[in-house]
Amino acid sequence: MADKKFETPELREYPIIPKLQKDVMAHSQPFIAKDSHNEPLGFPGELVEDWHDVAIKKMGDLQSKYRGLQVYLDSCVKCGACTDKCHYYVGTTDPKNMPVARQDLYRKVYRRYFTFAGKYFPKLVGATDLTKDVLDDWYSYFHQCSQCRRCSVYCPYGIDTAEISMAAREVMDTIGVGQKYCNEIISKVHKIGNNLGLPGPALLDTLEGLEEDVEEETGVEVKFPLDVKGADVLLITPSADFFAEPHVDGLIGYAKVFHEAGISWTVSSHASEAANFGMFIGSYENMRKLAMRIREAALELGVKRIVFGECGHAWRVAYSFLNTLAGPWDFLDQNYPIPQHICEVTYGLIQDNKLKFNKSLNDDMVLTYHDSCNVARASRMGDKAGGQFLIPREVIKATCNNFHDMSKDTIKEGTFCCGGGGGLLTDDLMELRVKGALPRMEALRKVVEDHGVTHMAAICAICKSQFAKVFPYYDFSMDQIVSVHQLVSNAIILTGQRDENDQNDDENHPQQDIDEAA
Amino acid sequence: MQISILSFTVAAIFYLAFFVFAYGLISKILQYKNTPAPLKIPTMPAPTTQAGVVFRMSKEVVFFESLFKSSKVTWLFGWLFHFGLFLDMLRHLRYFIDPIWFWVLIIQPFGKYGSILMFIGLAGLLTRRIIVDRVRYISSPSDHLMLVLLLSITTTGMAMSFYLGADVISVKSFFIGLMTFNIQNIPSDPVLVSHLLMVASLMIIFPYSKLLHAPGLFFSPSRNQVDNAREKRHVAKWAEDLEKN
Repeated sequence: MADKKFETPELREYPIIPKLQKDVMAHSQPFIAKDSHNEPLGFPGELVEDWHDVAIKKMGDLQSKYRGLQVYLDSCVKCGACTDKCHYYVGTTDPKNMPVARQDLYRKVYRRYFTFAGKYFPKLVGATDLTKDVLDDWYSYFHQCSQCRRCSVYCPYGIDTAEISMAAREVMDTIGVGQKYCNEIISKVHKIGNNLGLPGPALLDTLEGLEEDVEEETGVEVKFPLDVKGADVLLITPSADFFAEPHVDGLIGYAKVFHEAGISWTVSSHASEAANFGMFIGSYENMRKLAMRIREAALELGVKRIVFGECGHAWRVAYSFLNTLAGPWDFLDQNYPIPQHICEVTYGLIQDNKLKFNKSLNDDMVLTYHDSCNVARASRMGDKAGGQFLIPREVIKATCNNFHDMSKDTIKEGTFCCGGGGGLLTDDLMELRVKGALPRMEALRKVVEDHGVTHMAAICAICKSQFAKVFPYYDFSMDQIVSVHQLVSNAIILTGQRDENDQNDDENHPQQDIDEAA
Repeated sequence: MQISILSFTVAAIFYLAFFVFAYGLISKILQYKNTPAPLKIPTMPAPTTQAGVVFRMSKEVVFFESLFKSSKVTWLFGWLFHFGLFLDMLRHLRYFIDPIWFWVLIIQPFGKYGSILMFIGLAGLLTRRIIVDRVRYISSPSDHLMLVLLLSITTTGMAMSFYLGADVISVKSFFIGLMTFNIQNIPSDPVLVSHLLMVASLMIIFPYSKLLHAPGLFFSPSRNQVDNAREKRHVAKWAEDLEKN
C-alpha cells in the first residue's frame, strides 16, 4: 500500500449517517495553478489586486447568465434532505462536505451582496462578506465536490451543487486562483489536443503497438487508424485509453467491435481527447473551445459519424452539450445519434446479431457494474430514459456469464461517485479521494461477500484510474477494476481468429492466412 | 360609521404587504424567466417529451417525489404541513368571495382540520431542525424564525377556530372592504389582529426569503428540462455571440 499520512476509513457493515466533525478536511487543498497554466485559458496569472470587487462582479455576471445558478441560490430551504447524500461527507464527516453546506459557502456571499435580507440583516440570514478566509474555504471545499449530481437527485427542487461548484471555480479562476491540475491539462489540450500532451507521432507509435499486440494475440489484423480521411467513424476517446490500465483494454475492445462490424474508423491527432475539463472549471468559453476541436477534426477528416469511448464526464459534455457547443452537425450522417456512445454501437450490433461471443472466456471473473456518476445522472444512451443504465449492463451480460448488481441505493440514479471525478483526480488530493471512495467500497465489499464478485466494470476513464489507485487502500487489488469493452474484447470471436484453445499457446504461429475477411 | 385607528392601521399594513408581495414575487419570476439556461442540465433519467416534464413536475409539486426518495421523516412533516396549508388557504377563500362558491363551502370542515396537519408538520420540522446535528448545523436564525412564525399563525388560527371563536362576519366585510377600497372596521380582538399581522409579515418576507422555493421549483432546469440535447441545439443569446468569433 502507498505510504499515507491519513487513515483509510473503515468499511462499516451497516452504513449509518456519521456524526459531524467540524473542519476535519479544511486542510485539503489542491495545488494552485501557476501563471503559465492560467494565462492560456484567458485567466489572470495570480490573485489580482482588486480580487474582492472582481469576484463580486463575476458572481453577478454568472447569475445573469445561468438561470439554474440564480434559482438554486434563492430556493434552498435548508431542509437537510441532501445532507447525508454526498460521498465526501460520508467519507470525511466534515459538515462543509454536506451539499447544502458547500452551497452555503457561496450562498452566504450571494446573500450579503445581492439580496435585501443579506444586505440589511446579515446575521439573521447567515450572510457574510467575501473575505480572504471565505475565499480559502471556497478553494478548499469547492475542490471537494466531484460534480456528481447525487445531491440534485434528492433535492426537492433539484438544486445541483455541481452548478454552484462550477460557478465558484469560475469566479476563482477569474481572480487568478486556479487549480493546477485542471488548468494545466486544459492548456495542454488547447496546445496539443489531449490531456496528456501526447503529440501525433507518439500517438501513432502507440496505436501501431496495439495493432501488433492484437495481431499477435488473435492472428487477426485489427487496425487502429490515426487521421484517416474518409473514415466513417471518428472515435473520440479519453487519452488514458491510449496507454493506462485497464483503459487500453477497452480501446482494444472498441477496435475489435469496429473491425468485426466492418465499420471504418479513425482517431484524430487534433481531437485526441474525449474529456472536457472546461466543464470542471465551469468555463463555457473553454468548454466550447475544447469541443470545437472535435468539430474541426470531423470536418477535416470528412467522417460521417462521431463515436465516444468510455469516459463519464466526457459523455456528459458529448451527449448533453456537444450539439449546443459545437453543432449543428448537419454534415454528419443523420441516421445515427450524434454523438454516439461506444456502448450504444456495441449494443446495437449485439441486437442485430453482428457480433459473436464466447462468454466463457470471461469465466475467471464475477462482475459487478459501477454506474459512473455523469453517465448516470447527466446523460443518456439509446432512445429511452434510463438507457444509460440498461445498455452497459446488457453489453456486460452479453459477454459474461457472472454478473451481480450492487445494492439498489448505490447504483443507477443513486450511484456513488468513484471519489475522483470533477477535476479531483490528482495526487495532491489523495486523502480526499480515498475517503470519498468509501460508500462505493462498502457496496462493493457487500457483493464480494454475498456473491463472490471478483471484478467491477466501469465506463469512465476517471473511475478506472481512481479505483486502480484507491482499491489497495481498501484491501482490493488494482486489477479488480476493468473496462466494459475489455470484457467485450475478451469474449468476442473475430472472424478468422485462431482457435480459442490455442490462444495462450506460445508455440503456435499466428495463422495470418485466415484473416482475409478483415 | 366611525373607522377605528386600528382598522386603518391594519388596512394600511395589508395594502403594503400585498404590494410588496406582488411586486417582489413578480420581479423574481420575471428574473427567473428572463435569465437564460444555456445548457441542458436535467437530472437524468429525465423525460424525453414536454408532456413527460409536466408529469415529472406534477409529481414534485403534489407529492414531493424527490424528497420522498431522500428522507421519509422530512417528507412526512413537510408534506403534512404543505397539504394542510393548501386546505387552509382554500378554506380562507370564503373571506374574499361573496357569494361563497359551492366547493369552498364543502371543504370548510376539512380546512379546519388542515390546521392540525400544519401544526404537526411544522412542529416536526422544527424539532428536526433542532435535534438532528446536520440540520442544526445548516440552520440560520431565520430558518428557525420562519417556522416559529408559521407555527404562531397556525396556533392563533386554531385558537380562534376551535376555542375562542372570531367575528367572522366582520372579518369578511373588512377584507371585502379592502378589495373594494372601502375600509371597514375590524374587531379589536388581539388574537385575530396578531393572526392577521403575522400573515401580512409573511407576505412581506415571502419574495425576499427562502420562500422563493415555491416559484423556484417551476424554474429549476434540473427538473423542468426535456432530455433532447442530441436532437435540438439549445444556444443561449449570450452564447450565440461566442459563435460569431
